[in-house]
Amino acid sequence: MSEEKKFLYVNRRAPYGTIYALESLEVVLIGAAFEQDVSLAFLDDGVFQLTKGQDTNGIGVKNFSPTFRALGDYEVTKLFVEAESLAERGLTKDDLQEIMYEDEDDDWAEKPSIHIVSRAEMADIMADQDVVLSF
Amino acid sequence: MKFGVVVSEGPYTHQAADSAYLFVKAALEQGHEVPRVFFYHDGVNVSTRLTIPPQDERNIQKNWSALALDHGVDLVVCIAAAQRRGILDENEATRQGKDANNIAEGFRISGLGQLIEMGIQTDRLVTFGD
Repeated sequence: MSEEKKFLYVNRRAPYGTIYALESLEVVLIGAAFEQDVSLAFLDDGVFQLTKGQDTNGIGVKNFSPTFRALGDYEVTKLFVEAESLAERGLTKDDLQEIMYEDEDDDWAEKPSIHIVSRAEMADIMADQDVVLSF
Repeated sequence: MKFGVVVSEGPYTHQAADSAYLFVKAALEQGHEVPRVFFYHDGVNVSTRLTIPPQDERNIQKNWSALALDHGVDLVVCIAAAQRRGILDENEATRQGKDANNIAEGFRISGLGQLIEMGIQTDRLVTFGD
């Protein structure tokens, strides 16, 4: 399997309340072993998945949000967040976790994985993919 | 064309498993290839052989099993999603110390890697879900 395809995982739902977000992340982590060109998109309520300070103690489910910060170790370094979805929910970039990766092509410089993009840019990103998995 | 198909919602509650079945059937009839269907999220519940829908209703599990047996479609159930929802084959039941298994004929339990591999090896990936 030497062929490399562009995979986009689209996250549209809140992190808790349904299992979609968690099971999406499980696909991303397993998929990382296949050395494809991977991007993640966060839109609609999916932007809540990346918020910082999540505390799930009151609802009895695991807080999996720290896992996003480990994505860089899996060479998953492109997280696109839709600006309009943030704004519609009263969120800004400062409400999101800081997620960094080390760029091996740039002397392991620490760089941010999260990119805020407009709805129009998100459409272009989607159009550019080979495989889109929506959760 | 070679299609990969994902079913990500449960049977009877949601139309996804029916629509995916009709899609695969139509694709095969028109000479396309559908080497694999991957069941994820509540979609794994399609694969239990213990469902008993009313006799005048379609049997979603049997529809799928027939597709696998007649056309060699590889029906893969995600192991992580299956274990959360009580879908087991004989092997897993033994390994996990459970007293029964429930997977239907034509389905097999495997890992998420099968989903990624399907995305790599097919021309189009089509998801049936919400």
